[in-house]
Amino acid sequence: MKPLCYPALVGRDRRARRGRPGGPFLPFLFLFAVVFSSSAHPVVVGSKKFTESYVLGEIAKRTLTDAGIPAEHRQGMGGTIILWEALRGGQIDAYPEYTGTIETEILKSDSNVSLDQIRDSLEKLGVGMTAPLGFNNTYALVMRRSEAQRLGIRTISDLQRYPELKFGLTHEFLEREDGWRPLRRRYDLPHQNIVGIDHALGYSALANGSIAVKDAYSTDAKIEQNDLVVLEDDLHFFPKYEAIFLFRSSMRPDAIAALRRLEGTLDETRMIRLNAEAERIKNYAKAADLYFNGRDGAARRPYQNFGDSFPRKLARWTLRHLQLAGFSLLLSIIVGIPLGIVASRGGAVGHVILGFAGVVQTIPSLALLALLVPLPFFGISIRTAITALFLYGLLPIVRNTATGLQDIPRSLRESAVALGLSPIARLWEVYLPMASRSILSGIKTSAVINIGTATLAALIGAGGLGEPIISGLNLNDHVTILEGAIPAAVLALLVQWFFDLLDRVLIPKGLRL
Amino acid sequence: MSALVKLQDVSKRYGDAIAIHPANLSVESGKTTVLIGPSGCGKSTLLRLIIRLIEPDSGSIEFDGKPVTPDNINVLRRRIGYVIQEGGLFPHLTARANVLLMARHIGKSHQETQNRLLELSDLTRFSENLLTRYPVELSGGQRQRVSLMRALMLSPELLLLDEPLGALDPLVRAALQKDLKEIFTRLGQTVLFVTHDLAEAIYFADQIVLMNEGRIVQRGPISDLRERPADPFVSEFINAQRGIALT
Repeated sequence: MKPLCYPALVGRDRRARRGRPGGPFLPFLFLFAVVFSSSAHPVVVGSKKFTESYVLGEIAKRTLTDAGIPAEHRQGMGGTIILWEALRGGQIDAYPEYTGTIETEILKSDSNVSLDQIRDSLEKLGVGMTAPLGFNNTYALVMRRSEAQRLGIRTISDLQRYPELKFGLTHEFLEREDGWRPLRRRYDLPHQNIVGIDHALGYSALANGSIAVKDAYSTDAKIEQNDLVVLEDDLHFFPKYEAIFLFRSSMRPDAIAALRRLEGTLDETRMIRLNAEAERIKNYAKAADLYFNGRDGAARRPYQNFGDSFPRKLARWTLRHLQLAGFSLLLSIIVGIPLGIVASRGGAVGHVILGFAGVVQTIPSLALLALLVPLPFFGISIRTAITALFLYGLLPIVRNTATGLQDIPRSLRESAVALGLSPIARLWEVYLPMASRSILSGIKTSAVINIGTATLAALIGAGGLGEPIISGLNLNDHVTILEGAIPAAVLALLVQWFFDLLDRVLIPKGLRL
Repeated sequence: MSALVKLQDVSKRYGDAIAIHPANLSVESGKTTVLIGPSGCGKSTLLRLIIRLIEPDSGSIEFDGKPVTPDNINVLRRRIGYVIQEGGLFPHLTARANVLLMARHIGKSHQETQNRLLELSDLTRFSENLLTRYPVELSGGQRQRVSLMRALMLSPELLLLDEPLGALDPLVRAALQKDLKEIFTRLGQTVLFVTHDLAEAIYFADQIVLMNEGRIVQRGPISDLRERPADPFVSEFINAQRGIALT
């Protein structure tokens, strides 16, 4: 079931990606759509954070749309657990998955099970599964062809002879039940020099020789592009990774039927070609179009989502970014100032408040997102992003409010009391204005932190300027990274400047002389 | 003569340190009572107990015949003016806003407060042109005049002054002493004045109350203290300051 709170926000999140009529009125229409559109919920397709998953997500979306079913695609939401939880929690309706992953990560079964057994187990969890799409994307270890030939390495067993080789493995592979640790046991690999590295960055590391071996997917386009070889899994360690779509059993039947039409239509060669095309043109939707063109020769139609010009995309990212940072900042202010007032009185409660706000700050932002995602109310949504940002924004405001109030000289506090002002009037007329400089500087700190941290919201599909940064990282494309990073930096500067101006309006003149 | 304020067996301690031993004190209506004594003798504490910035541990305080309690103190505070050494003006408000703050809070009309403001600036010899200034833009003496205006705004029955002239240089101080005395006389004001300066005490006092180490040692006109000291400390205190006091 979909959590019902903040429906407006969820709606915004959904519709921010749809309905993009052209013309100079676009920004207004866009705003209009954001605020007022209230059509039926589209089918939401999720994808993991790598090219093939993006492409499959686009193919699913296109298939659904062609069948007349409103659909949207939330790209690159994260790893298996995040997607699975999002599916179970109803934040998404379907996503591409692999049978091997289901077996080991989701169902946690140790023996080899048949497709039918998997389907039965999933059915009990309210999740359906299509038949295999037609290709097996298993994990593999890859090396540069030249080095493999020089050392005479052909199989994974051959690696035993070269214990000095440096491995760069994705964090997911390092942790997976069917990943590095059991692989090392099975092959008795002696290597000690193992680093965790992002999948896309790993290819650069491999190319420049800073690592020698890395994990990959067997349909990965980078294998051919970078002249790499897949080491033979001579002990048959890796399970089969047939690509399928998982979907909520409760999804509308015509959507299920549409996804079913994809069964058996994608072989490995075709998938590698689509992946390669996606990475070459940096455009998943166009690569997905190839699938349809190749299949039924349908006319290629312009893809709205990616047909956007850069200024439009930038406007969309920036607007969303400001929504994320602005809304969370507002919450931080509304909650932080009262907490700061309470904390300024000291005592046990004050210590607890400051302690809590401090502890939140020490949790890495990525970890905080990961902690929130599995909770019932949150999941993969803008709510989660805003909540995380709100929590981060809290400490500077709480602390500055508390210290600003505590720094008011005792003689002035007593003067306010002796005058006969009521407690509320003391706070409102005297204490808060006197602490305004400190409070505002706390808000300014929160705002700048939030602009920076909001880039991480893209990791859980909440959009913003982090979107190009994450895709850029994924595609190993510096230009795309900068498309998000530069505007984010500029935004932070503008916010700083805006608050400097605000100081002059909000801090009483008597305190600025 | 009637007592506007009456303290009965009022005491205060901080942990093991006794700030005020059980004390009795009457502040007579229309008179100026001066609390004097060395630093730390408890004279400011007594003042702060009356306006309830601190709670007494025992005893009772009556204002105008009625006991002062935590419930009625906030209303009573409007009938009491309080001026401290540094003035206690709020830095984010202009002189005018400082003076009018409380009157506005209780919803006095604009006309009424404006008239009162002009009256007070006349009374305290504070130039109207300076009313729009912020405290940092005023001299020490000017700040104390504003502080006095703020204390007198609601025409309080009792004025509590805690070393109001302590931080001023001698010339400014002398001028303000003269003006203050005139104001008290003109208003027939009941005043409780704290100082450690004997000359100032003699200048203002109808009654002097001498304190030492949390106890009231002697009370009465200065002649009593001089001629009939209650204990050796009284003579010691008066003699120590005689050089200034009696010239």
